[in-house]
Amino acid sequence: MPITETRIVTKRLRDRPDDSWTIEGALASGAYDVLRTALTMTPEAIQDEQVKASGLRGRGGAGFATATKWSFLPKDSFPRYLVINADEGEPSTFKDHMLIERDPHQLLEGIAIASFAVQCNLAFVYLRGEFALGYDRLTAAIDEARNRGFLGNNILGSGFDLDIIVHRGAGAYICGEETALLESLEGQRGMPRIRPPFPAVAGLYAKPTVVNNVETVSTLPHILRMGGEEYGKLGVNKSTGTRIFSLSGLVNRPGNYEVELGVTFRQLIDDLGGGVRNGGKVKFMIPGGASSQWLTGSDEHLDCPLDMDAVGQFGVMLGSGAVMVYDDTVDPVLVAWRLAKFFAHESCGKCTPCREGTGWIEKVLYRMSHGLGRADDLDMLLDVGDNISPGLNAPFSQTTICPLGPSAVSAVVSLNKYFRDEILARVATATEVSA
Amino acid sequence: MSAELVTLTIDGKEITAPKGSMLIQAAQDAGIFIPRFCWHERMKAVGMCRMCLVEVEGVRGLPPACTTPVAEGMVVHLQKDNVQKAQDGVLEFLLINHPLDCPVCDRGGECPLQDQTVAFGPGESRFVEEKRHFVKPIEISPNVLLDRERCIQCARCTRFADEIAGDPLITFVARGDRTEVNTFPDDPFISYFSGNVVQICPVGALTAKPYRFRARPWDLQTSETTCQSCSVGCRGAVQSSSNRLVRFLGVDVEPVNQGWLCDKGRFGFEFVHAPERVREPLVRVGGDMTEQSWPQALEVAAEGIRKAIDLHGPGAVAVIGGARGSNEDAYVWARFAKGVLRTDNVDAQLGDGLPPEVVNGLPEAMISDCDDAAAIVLLAPDLKEELPVLYLRVRRAAAELGVPLIDLSPRDHGLTKHATANLRPIPGEQGRVAEKLLAAINSGTSSDPQIRAAAQAVSGRDGNIVVILGRPSMAESADHTVAAAAALAASPRVRFLSALRRSNVRGALDLGLSPGTLPGRVTLDAGRAWFDAAWGGTPEARGLDTAGILQAAKAGKIHALVLLGADPLADFPDRKLAREGLDAISFVVAVDAFGNESNRRCDVFLPVTLWGEKGGSTTNLEGRIQRMGRRVSPEGTAMDDWRIAAELAFRFGVDFDLETVDEVTDEIARLAPAHLGVTSRLLGAARDGAVVPLADHRDALVFSSAGVASEFGWEPIRPGTVPDEAFAAAQTANVVEASGTGSAGVTQPGGQGPGEAPSDEEIDEITAVDESAVPDVPRPEVLVWDRAVTSPPAPPPDGYALRLVAGRKLYDAGRVTTSSPALANLAPSDVLLVHPSDRDRIGVTDGGSVRVITARGTTVLAVRGDDHTPSGTAFMIFDQPGEGAAEIIDINQSVMDLRLESLS
Amino acid sequence: MAFSPENRGRARTIVARYPQSRSAILPLAHLAQDQDGWLSDEAMQEIAELTGVTAAQVQGTCSFYTMFKRDPVGKYLVSVCTNVTCLVLGGPELLEEMRHRYDADPDVTVEEVECLAACDGAPCMQVNYDYHELLTPDAAAEVVDEYKSGKRRARTVSGTAVVGGGRA
Ligand SMILES: Cc1cc2nc3c(=O)[nH]c(=O)nc-3n(C[C@H](O)[C@H](O)[C@H](O)COP(=O)(O)O)c2cc1C
Ligand code: SF4
Ligand code: FES
Repeated sequence: MPITETRIVTKRLRDRPDDSWTIEGALASGAYDVLRTALTMTPEAIQDEQVKASGLRGRGGAGFATATKWSFLPKDSFPRYLVINADEGEPSTFKDHMLIERDPHQLLEGIAIASFAVQCNLAFVYLRGEFALGYDRLTAAIDEARNRGFLGNNILGSGFDLDIIVHRGAGAYICGEETALLESLEGQRGMPRIRPPFPAVAGLYAKPTVVNNVETVSTLPHILRMGGEEYGKLGVNKSTGTRIFSLSGLVNRPGNYEVELGVTFRQLIDDLGGGVRNGGKVKFMIPGGASSQWLTGSDEHLDCPLDMDAVGQFGVMLGSGAVMVYDDTVDPVLVAWRLAKFFAHESCGKCTPCREGTGWIEKVLYRMSHGLGRADDLDMLLDVGDNISPGLNAPFSQTTICPLGPSAVSAVVSLNKYFRDEILARVATATEVSA
Repeated sequence: MSAELVTLTIDGKEITAPKGSMLIQAAQDAGIFIPRFCWHERMKAVGMCRMCLVEVEGVRGLPPACTTPVAEGMVVHLQKDNVQKAQDGVLEFLLINHPLDCPVCDRGGECPLQDQTVAFGPGESRFVEEKRHFVKPIEISPNVLLDRERCIQCARCTRFADEIAGDPLITFVARGDRTEVNTFPDDPFISYFSGNVVQICPVGALTAKPYRFRARPWDLQTSETTCQSCSVGCRGAVQSSSNRLVRFLGVDVEPVNQGWLCDKGRFGFEFVHAPERVREPLVRVGGDMTEQSWPQALEVAAEGIRKAIDLHGPGAVAVIGGARGSNEDAYVWARFAKGVLRTDNVDAQLGDGLPPEVVNGLPEAMISDCDDAAAIVLLAPDLKEELPVLYLRVRRAAAELGVPLIDLSPRDHGLTKHATANLRPIPGEQGRVAEKLLAAINSGTSSDPQIRAAAQAVSGRDGNIVVILGRPSMAESADHTVAAAAALAASPRVRFLSALRRSNVRGALDLGLSPGTLPGRVTLDAGRAWFDAAWGGTPEARGLDTAGILQAAKAGKIHALVLLGADPLADFPDRKLAREGLDAISFVVAVDAFGNESNRRCDVFLPVTLWGEKGGSTTNLEGRIQRMGRRVSPEGTAMDDWRIAAELAFRFGVDFDLETVDEVTDEIARLAPAHLGVTSRLLGAARDGAVVPLADHRDALVFSSAGVASEFGWEPIRPGTVPDEAFAAAQTANVVEASGTGSAGVTQPGGQGPGEAPSDEEIDEITAVDESAVPDVPRPEVLVWDRAVTSPPAPPPDGYALRLVAGRKLYDAGRVTTSSPALANLAPSDVLLVHPSDRDRIGVTDGGSVRVITARGTTVLAVRGDDHTPSGTAFMIFDQPGEGAAEIIDINQSVMDLRLESLS
Repeated sequence: MAFSPENRGRARTIVARYPQSRSAILPLAHLAQDQDGWLSDEAMQEIAELTGVTAAQVQGTCSFYTMFKRDPVGKYLVSVCTNVTCLVLGGPELLEEMRHRYDADPDVTVEEVECLAACDGAPCMQVNYDYHELLTPDAAAEVVDEYKSGKRRARTVSGTAVVGGGRA
């Protein structure tokens, strides 16, 4: 039986393609009903009985348990801030983009619930600067929600106040990293901070701060609606609930698919994505966004369940929920080069290994993908990579502050793991030809 | 404050460190050097370069030592293959885009990148791609050049500019491997502290124009010394090549300058070799100054003075100056003038300071007290302009350490934006405002909101209140500042830090170069018996200060004048009086290195040695005595000031029997009551100098040098590690051989630990004086100020007049800075700054002329509106060449009120 | 250029919205680009004044972000993605073609950008931050030409919607 989507977070925007983003459309499909109930609960009840019970883990990349993250906020320290990470820049991830443009009220309802739960009165949405329509829709939604008493002072008569500032980024992938994001929000260069202190203790303006992803927060109304425990029954193992996977590359029907965690890569690609184009076969896949190591089209890989922990056995992660699919026509070295180029361009420049190393890797991979590879290039890249991510393991260790530097090494490791012979053979032929 | 200690091991060696300190610091204090580029112990860690990676058992990956706090039981490894590989990897990354121009790079020979590469790096680069390119050096300030290709992006310079100097005019620009340091277009890094970034840059990216291509590190000889640009007395290391001074670097002395220097101090030494310097004695013969031998010149000088005394008595002789020499110079000149000539018309200040009994008799604060004071009260000139490195300390206290800053300055200045309360008394009102402030601090409240804010900021804070005390304006009498000091001194919590400007003014006042005093902070009366016995005589009665001398001269009562490194025409507030006084004196001896307006018509010119050429000691504004280093031999036949005094005394039949400068130091230690025990041996051994009176400050003495020697400045230079002749004798065992940076885990002597406190016996031994050579009368008591104030507060200004404030600039001639609002408004000398509302009231536009009517007469000046000058006052730069406020100041006025009439 | 009086008012409102004024640097830089089409030195100086930092600090911040253009760009900023999905679905060819076509057109600036989060529409591009997806070179050129001929209404080069002739 082919699988189908389990539409929870994407329900409204699929059901109402023409007006899901308007206040009328949203209200007609139950928006803010849950908020009304939430405001009658205690913050602790929301944290423990709902969010913790749901097992919700962050959808931004790291997959950290949301309730646990909230619990790190020091007691009695105010003001606190909630910052929504809407900087979606991970290559081939495009779910938050959709959620912001097509269901901003769901996000706002989630923000209001989360803010109430963590007792914050000023929330920020750090929105990727390039999302122009998203900005228009989100700010319009805020105005509408405020007019109807869902935001602002004394929300729905509860005595709870909340203001939301939408802060546009300006073109820097690293600002998706939560501490770089906070720097950027403070008007600084978006360079990640040294931890400790962690944002929960000293984040925005050195005040306790929670940073959560758009999808994470958009899920909250549904958790409260269904009941935390009930939501927690969805999914598999410690990967509860549904996630939106951004399926892209050489499949017939690329797009965002919301599925229960635990379905397999094969089901996602074949049942929902319509299989590889032109009847081709998967040569390799990049799950989790550009930072992850790769998988191949082997049965073992294709039948691996989308479980945040289980995928670790192959050295990969679900990350931001992207799945890129490539067939035989694609040169993996070219893809690796383009990823390296991305990381070199997006490195903030703070750490020496990342600032210098990503550029070095990019330059070598450029040569390799353009027929100028040398026999020892791959080994040298591995050694250079080892100086950024010692041991070349997954999950990686790092000589850098944030994971961007080591992310640039994932592709090199994957090339070596799956395509070493192919690459060496190619160099040998090229050398012969030129000789 | 003793923090909780934790125990950890590094490569099997057990060390202890304060909880919460960073591993890199803890290791360094224990003598283990972890390589680094970005970390600097005086700035916040950024963890950028990743050179300091270590292995910590139980921690994933390799954390950087500079951002990893120590913890109990932590087990750290440096000497493991994975750590070495990671560090070598970082070095390789740093080099792939680094140009190979070491042979022409100023840092070549003292560059950690070069050193480590040579020592541990691979012979050949694996990086075969094109390197990153930037246009070669760009000028980021008048003195600093930046070669962006050499930059390793450690952010030391940008952090310094922002965190320490408060001049964030250089920042990172762009990102990733295109990141560069730069200024905003056409907005250079104009900072009084720009030279520090050159010193702390680990590579040759930042170079100082005055030093570029001047020498190679291995040709340099170095002496530790004390800066003579102002009375903060920053420690530094002066370097020479081929008997020329070529570079001056800051030495990191915790209680004084913490490694920093201002640019005036750092780059100001070149005057020593200036062509216009006077190198041989000159005597006026038939109207012209002609070179003569020392014996001839000294004879002419002695003869002229003798004649004045013979005809008119000792009171006909005066000595102005002495604040720019050493303590030894000051003492021997005091002995000559007061003990031999018996004149008390001696003044090291030029009418721009505070009375000696106030300076010498106040309860004193240390510079370091600023760090944890209950509050800092500014009753002083603009510290940024006059005492730059003290400004850094106060700025840090206010901006970083949360110390409330209460400002009693007459107008906005460099620290205004950090002030907790701005009281802004108009000139003459300080005393009244200080009284109210103290009352508010005692009662916790006041009807004046600013005073209340000040009082509230202090309340609940322990510790002393540090008052920085100096003359906020040259255009008012010192009495107003004294009145304010007297009011504040009523509180037992109040301590004072004198903000006098000329380099060794404190030493000169301490050692008797002021009327009514004798060496060692004693009054003429209290010390008379003692010094009569020691010297064979003292002046009969209290003499005149500089203002008095000039007035007496004008009245024909001064017949011989010694200008001891002084230029009253430039420095005395009332230029008219200075001119008239000097013109009336028939015989003038200049003891100086340069001709100036005031000594132009002298009869004898006796050339003196300068900083870098002479030894001895100086006393900084907190009373700390520190050594000067002799680095080069004097130009021409220039002689030390003290020796000139001794030679002159000899011509008056008195043999001081002083052969070396150390003998002078020891005579001071023996005879000057406040200086008891401050022997040349003590000064040679005491790492941070000695604060007088020594009896009160024995606890602070540290004899050991402070760990690892760094021949160069990219790392803090530890005091006592740079050998100089005098130190060498006193220190022997303490001097650590200079050594390079080394690679991971190379064990080297550590950082600036607390230092070993010497035992009482050691101190007794080294401070012992020859009691058989002191007078047989009781040692006089050191002065305590009785808080007597002589003049009443100034009358309030009438509604039509503006009250004048005259202030100094660090650079005398208009190096205008656009960076800080307080400086941006600085105008050419002849512009009078007034509040825009006053300007409008007078009815002129910016640049328009006004007739200025003062007690002195009438002049015409241009006016400009300025938000930083409060309404009711007018500001003018005091010491611009030629023009400036000195022309309109009348020293007989307690405040200067100006009436302005529009001419346009 | 300096802010117009109207925009200076907006700028002050933006600054006041944040707990710390420095936070307003990015929004004000966007506002400056809305007004001028690029981020000039004068604008950065004014932003510095409004946020209480130095111009060097504003430059340090703004130069970090690719959306801020330190040189004037055309009225239409065409941003073509070549990241890993567009890479295999014609992004690089699209970029090449657009560069070629508009090389001499001062109204159009073509740039290569990283993933635009529209990979199901690869190859894709933005024109002044409005999306255009599943493109061929000809289709893309047609879109740009529609902007040029006024058939399509463009946002500012900082992506702000233009409402009724003025700017939103
Ligand atoms: C280089 C880098 C880029 C990231 N980009 C994003 C992003 O665009 N959106 C996002 O939500 N999280 C991103 N993250 C993850 C965030 O740091 C953070 O973990 C997340 O926003 C937390 O939200 P969550 O707990 O709801 O997932 C990124 C992390 C790194 C290291
Ligand atoms: S790893 Fe790269 S992106 Fe992350 S902080 Fe370091 S330099 Fe910046
Ligand atoms: S990262 Fe620790 S010294 Fe630079």
